Amino acid sequence: MKRVVHFTLNGFEVEQEIESHKMLLDLLREKFELTGTKEGCGQGECGACTVLVDGLAVNACLFPALEVEGRSVTTVEGLIGEGGRLHPIQEAFVEAGAVQCGFCMPGMVMSAKALLDETPNPTEEEIRRGISGNLCRCTGYVQIVDAIKLASQKLKGDGRG
Amino acid sequence: MNEYSFVGKPVPRPDAPDKVAGRALYIHDLKRPGMLYGKIKYSEHAHAKILNIDTSKAERLPGVRAVITAYNTPEVRFGFIRDNIALKKEKVRQFRDEVAAVAAIDPEIAEEALELIKVEYEELPGVFDPEEALKEGAPLIHETDPQGRPKKDNWVPVSWKFNAGDVEEAKKKAKYIAEDYLETPPILHASLGTSGCIAEFDLQGNLIIYTKTQIPFLAQNDFNRALASMGLKGKNTRVIVPTLGGSFGSGLDTHGYEYIAILLAYKTGRPVKIVLDREEESKTLSPRQSTRTKILQGCDENGRLLFREVRMLLDNGAYTSWGATTPSVMMLPISSIYRVPNVFYEARHVYTNNTYCQAMRGYGNPQAAWAIETNLDHLAEEANIDPLDMRLINKNIPDDISPMGLRITTCGMEECLKAVAQKLNWKEKRGKGRNKARGVGIACLFHVGGSGRVYRSDGTGVILKIDDFGYATVVTGAIEMGQGLVAALTVATAEALGVTPDRVMVVTGDTATCPWDVGTHASRGAFTACNAVIMAAQKAREKIFQLAAEHFLNRVNFKLSQMKKKDPNFQIPDLGINRPLEPEDFELKENVLYLRSQPQNKYLRMGLDELIREAHFKEQGTMIITEAFYDPCNQMLDKDTCIGNLSATYIFGAQGAEVEVDLETGHVKILKYVAAHDVGKVLNRHSILGQIYGGAVQGLGFALSEEYKRDKGRMLNPNFLDYKILSANDLSFPIEVELVETMDKEGPFGAKGVGEPGLVAVAPAIANAVYDATGIRINSLPLSPEKIALSVRRLKKE
Ligand code: FES
Ligand code: FES
Repeated sequence: MKRVVHFTLNGFEVEQEIESHKMLLDLLREKFELTGTKEGCGQGECGACTVLVDGLAVNACLFPALEVEGRSVTTVEGLIGEGGRLHPIQEAFVEAGAVQCGFCMPGMVMSAKALLDETPNPTEEEIRRGISGNLCRCTGYVQIVDAIKLASQKLKGDGRG
Repeated sequence: MNEYSFVGKPVPRPDAPDKVAGRALYIHDLKRPGMLYGKIKYSEHAHAKILNIDTSKAERLPGVRAVITAYNTPEVRFGFIRDNIALKKEKVRQFRDEVAAVAAIDPEIAEEALELIKVEYEELPGVFDPEEALKEGAPLIHETDPQGRPKKDNWVPVSWKFNAGDVEEAKKKAKYIAEDYLETPPILHASLGTSGCIAEFDLQGNLIIYTKTQIPFLAQNDFNRALASMGLKGKNTRVIVPTLGGSFGSGLDTHGYEYIAILLAYKTGRPVKIVLDREEESKTLSPRQSTRTKILQGCDENGRLLFREVRMLLDNGAYTSWGATTPSVMMLPISSIYRVPNVFYEARHVYTNNTYCQAMRGYGNPQAAWAIETNLDHLAEEANIDPLDMRLINKNIPDDISPMGLRITTCGMEECLKAVAQKLNWKEKRGKGRNKARGVGIACLFHVGGSGRVYRSDGTGVILKIDDFGYATVVTGAIEMGQGLVAALTVATAEALGVTPDRVMVVTGDTATCPWDVGTHASRGAFTACNAVIMAAQKAREKIFQLAAEHFLNRVNFKLSQMKKKDPNFQIPDLGINRPLEPEDFELKENVLYLRSQPQNKYLRMGLDELIREAHFKEQGTMIITEAFYDPCNQMLDKDTCIGNLSATYIFGAQGAEVEVDLETGHVKILKYVAAHDVGKVLNRHSILGQIYGGAVQGLGFALSEEYKRDKGRMLNPNFLDYKILSANDLSFPIEVELVETMDKEGPFGAKGVGEPGLVAVAPAIANAVYDATGIRINSLPLSPEKIALSVRRLKKE
């Protein structure tokens, strides 16, 4: 059965018809062609599909599409500023050398965003906990943790979040 | 020492911004007009006869465009010895065997159609243990070999043997001998981005396939063979490689799903996409081979190694991949890590009804290092020598030739050992923490650092093209899979050509446009491609300087006269040039051409783009395109003796850990991890650290948590919940890295390949630390809490 869902997507009011059993990940990738949000497992175990719903990090692969009705969704594409300017968190990931194959990165960046919105000055342990639901097979996480520390400093100077 | 502009400097990775922005396109993100979705029906048994496949219901499902089986498609053989076929006929030999496939207008219809396919089987007895498979009367996995000759046993017809000196004689002389039996389990590559492809045909019968591979050119060859089997002899394949979401060796073979997508695309005349989901990826992609190793090493009274004897049995699974050649790379450490004069090594693969296996990062070396390095600790204990001293006594040294004919040129093993010992505070800590169940352990690694000739050509080609705007495009067949190839090539091109990194664009992953490369494996990508680009850049510089000799001065004089026209008061300076300029007079650095004799003269400096345009936009103009093919000075192993200098240089390293073991639960807590690697030369510190951290953490998973669970060939944990790769939460300890530069003369700017070694020595380093902490040696990986707790209880009873 199809239903229409209305919500805010990366700052824009949108509506879209979708089969009621579909997940937010399908809605984003198939209907809106926002392929930045990745599917690493489809089972809530890897975090590659992390997006923000009303500011909270969720696994889009397990989040029913119809439940975003009336809510606000931010995907990795929503962080990019005018002229393709990276968000300070994304910049920090690039500068800290945290990126390898990149498949986990959109989810990692969104988890970092949720963490830093909540806890602007996280300890190393808080950072590790904040991204513990985001698996990365390439980096060993060391430079990702560095990147999030760097992002926290950048955001302090930037006033944007 | 050379002063470099970019080598060794923190230049950010050019591919990183797109990746953090979600803009990089992986196979999952690609769509083609009119594309269908393919799904595969796998076997429900590990070993069974196929009696009947009924596809009639599936064919009638609306939205289905094709249903294929072995009975309505041509036979497509593939695999290292061509013992596998895309769709199985008559019998299945493993759970993942492909028996049918569907193409439909959307993935859900395809899935539904699979359910409607009914396959009747007659189950056969299976064999799941390599030793059982060798027993008299064991079920035969293959009744015939790929050539159709009857087979009498389950040996895979690929075996490896190496013999140097006289091991039996050495055993008699040895004062101390240690013998162990050590095992490793299958390991998933577990790339975050699963595998997949889109296959399509043009109307001339040529194939275009977008696919996740590390070997585009070998894949082209494989797929062309498949086309020939399909009656399309003489047709060609274009392989296009999208961004890879990790690969770690899983892309070193072509896979059943790719051939099935090709068959479906041909049958339907439309592009067909097959992407594996996580469960499929875990169950149907080939893991790292499991090994059983019997090892003996012996030394004299001073700890000097006299011999090493290794017998290894590998569970091949039901079919044979390129992974069957991993023992040739294992042979390197087995014959040559530490100086040991007498060596016997034999490795054999056995067919079973388990999933068939493949190479994974390290190409056998993690399994070999596990055996050598834990057994060496055992030997050190027999000889009452500190394990660190044992390694220092026997260390590899520069300018040495090993019994296998490996030419060791630069070698930083000693520096690495000392760095690890110092960072672990070895002398203070070793053997002193047992009352607190704390201990330290160390292990070394030896790996190819200058590619590895496992194929007849070990080359990489590049094309270097300089455009009218001064941008240099590097086109190469090497593959970026996340390891940092593009970054390394960017820096190497900038440095070697004399431009800034922002002027370099790297194009990879298209067999129609990129020059040949054997594949991205053996930590060779950056080593060979950077060497090739250095050669191409050298040629480009020669041409640039030739053009400069012809056009530079004309252009300078023209510009001066223009200035004079604009400003009559302008005095044309005396340039002090009273002879025709020669190519040797010029230098190019950071996009600017100038005269070596007058580097600061502002009238005698010109952008590279300006010179190129001057030479191009005129009658009978010219452009600069150069190419180079770099094939390292290494050798294929001799077929009979296995002697040969497999790599152009070798990489050395030592890793160590301090651990604390919870004797109740058996849980190993790592307090500190240390890695020291001889990298030749640091091209980009971030990239190298990323490779070492990432390798070490994969190695920690191999050591402690990753376990492929199966019951009679059926995988029980095909997901991240039950197959535990480490998360950030598991890493609450420092990982300290020391990079040792030995400036290898074969390496680009002195660098060696660094992609794989990070994980090679991890498991034995941890196991040796656990032994130091507890007195317990666990002989099979992973060192799970259950195994450790059980051993503690046993030890207490004794
Ligand atoms: S794809 Fe959603 S958690 Fe893995
Ligand atoms: S960068 Fe590859 S999975 Fe994280």
